[in-house]
Amino acid sequence: MSDVITVNASGLSCPQPVMLTKKALANLSSGRVEVLVDTATSRNNVSRYASNKGWKVSTEERDGGYKVILEK
Amino acid sequence: MDKTLTSKHGPCIAGGLIGLIAVALVHFGNPGNMGFCVACFTRDIAGALGFHRAGIVQYIRPEIPGFILGSFISSLIFREYSPRGGSSPAVRFGLGMFAMLGALVFLGCPWRAYLRVAGGDWNALYGLGGLIVGIFIGIIFLWNGFSLGASESNPKAAGLIMPLIAIALLALLFIAPKFGDNAPVFFSSSGPGSMHAPVLMALGAGLIVGWLAQRSRFCTVGAVRDFLMMGDAYLLKGIISFTLVAFVANYALGTFKPGFESQPVAHTNELWNFLGMVLSGLAFTLAGGCPGRQLIMAGEGDSDAGIFVIGMLTGAAVAHNFSAASSGAGIGAYGIHVTIIGLVFCAFVGLCFRDRG
Repeated sequence: MSDVITVNASGLSCPQPVMLTKKALANLSSGRVEVLVDTATSRNNVSRYASNKGWKVSTEERDGGYKVILEK
Repeated sequence: MDKTLTSKHGPCIAGGLIGLIAVALVHFGNPGNMGFCVACFTRDIAGALGFHRAGIVQYIRPEIPGFILGSFISSLIFREYSPRGGSSPAVRFGLGMFAMLGALVFLGCPWRAYLRVAGGDWNALYGLGGLIVGIFIGIIFLWNGFSLGASESNPKAAGLIMPLIAIALLALLFIAPKFGDNAPVFFSSSGPGSMHAPVLMALGAGLIVGWLAQRSRFCTVGAVRDFLMMGDAYLLKGIISFTLVAFVANYALGTFKPGFESQPVAHTNELWNFLGMVLSGLAFTLAGGCPGRQLIMAGEGDSDAGIFVIGMLTGAAVAHNFSAASSGAGIGAYGIHVTIIGLVFCAFVGLCFRDRG
């Protein structure tokens, strides 16, 4: 069972959620990364970035924001 | 329509529509190349409220409360209203103030910088160059871990403050009360402050743009930042479309007047056109978005963006009360001083605020 990496980008201004996601995905060829964000803008930005990098993206609403789930 | 605005083509479509509306507002009365200028409009509002006494730039521009309310309504409809705050508010106030001071040295915010180019004002090319350099300096700080810290969720009512201020501004515009002799509300009888599109048209334009920008995330600073940082042209297409459509509309209406001299509400000092926008671009990047984006986020309930906007309003008052604002005749007596102080302030903020990790 592979570990899940959680990135807490909740409450951070643009472009920090994408920067943290980029850092988490660097050197990661596969796995599951969960990015916590608080706004729809950050959710969309993180999703777009990860999708462009070939990751499968799904999102869940959570209390106070969204969880963006990245899988490869 | 919403699917289109939130698709990958969203910023491109929103940018084009905003560019078209901007030129239309000039056609119907706004000052030249000033269909939208968040800095100039906020400065005019500061003047109308008597926060500064520059008689030619005093008017409650309905576009500004329109942006906030358009975004507020849109965020409610699409369940994106999200009151939040508490990410270094005092620093954001300072960034807003200096972003405005830089913009008033140049004579325009990033929105107007693109619109000035689209109208043939080549002085604005120095401003655009400065904007890109300022954003790039901000990116260097971001690469080195710059962060103003995380905001937190606030009670639902907290997000109502800026929409309520917007409604209060509209009330002052429509009722136009006089609070005493030589007291606000002031409305310019000459100069740029006296030039405006019909009130309801300008308000409608502001509401529409607030909605378009809220849905598409249109941002004139984020566009350059994301492209330079990550090669992401998503938002960049928005400002390219904004500028191109404004250019075509200007050309069609005969308001495209290429050159350096005699441009509306502009000066020809290359160095300070450039450096004013370096300051502005840097301050906007550190704060996470352009002035329009700050208004949109304020409408969504982001009180940190609201504080930034109040900082801009204060910066406008400082610019005129302390002779730092430029005019068509050139830069203000203290324009150089405030630009240098602003750059030092931004460098201090960029170096001292690092992320938790």
